[in-house]
Amino acid sequence: MARALINVPAKAKRGDIIEIKTLISHEMETGFRPDNTGKLLPRDIITDFVCKYNGQEIFRAELYPAISANPFFTFTTVATESGTISFEWSGDNGFSATESAKITVE
Amino acid sequence: MTTNNDDMQHATRRRFLIDAAALAGSLGVGLALTTVPASATPESMRGAIRKVLGEASAKKGKVKIDLPPLIENGNAVALTVSAESPMTAADHVRAIHVFTEKNPQPNVVSIYLGPRAGRASVSTRIRLADSQKVVAIAQMSDGSFWSDEIEVIVTLAACLEGV
Repeated sequence: MARALINVPAKAKRGDIIEIKTLISHEMETGFRPDNTGKLLPRDIITDFVCKYNGQEIFRAELYPAISANPFFTFTTVATESGTISFEWSGDNGFSATESAKITVE
Repeated sequence: MTTNNDDMQHATRRRFLIDAAALAGSLGVGLALTTVPASATPESMRGAIRKVLGEASAKKGKVKIDLPPLIENGNAVALTVSAESPMTAADHVRAIHVFTEKNPQPNVVSIYLGPRAGRASVSTRIRLADSQKVVAIAQMSDGSFWSDEIEVIVTLAACLEGV
């Protein structure tokens, strides 16, 4: 299981714009790099990242090999209600990882 | 007599340094020529942009790329793209796409947002294989496209070296 770090404020005022930061450990092998015998290493990247707020999609990204190793994203959302913000990464070779965070909105 | 000798020595050392630098330079150039990587071209970038735009065309403005103009290490470059928009249900940014001219592939990232984002500003880290142009295209909820482009200089390129 890949290690993922997420940063979501635990509490927010209703209507506030909150910042979410995510980082996941992944090599993001581009498929353009030769190994020491000169053969190209096969591509192995994360291709999709989705963030959902109480089940509703609020942010989605399609990743390409030009994203650095250990993909990092910062984005924002409006704090609408208390609940769970969930994160899902998927990619080559059946890669899949999920993470979630609780938020209290008052 | 001794001063003369010193001068001679200095002259030889200077000569040696110049020669060494020249040799290193030519080797470097030789090396660069032998490892030509697969790379996207301005044409393939236009092709990738065309795929996003379809029949529409993009106007300059509203979207902004934030990249350091001088990049020391192309393996991880902090990129922020933001767009001016009230981000309401009626008027928001639907998607932002980022492209490069000389990476092996033109696409960098495609981001899909909605009114719930509150603000259209996203940061990530990207790889850049060369000094080149980076283009961002934003699609608004009314279907219009806006673009921004920026030239960056990369001193250590990503993707080229072996393992």
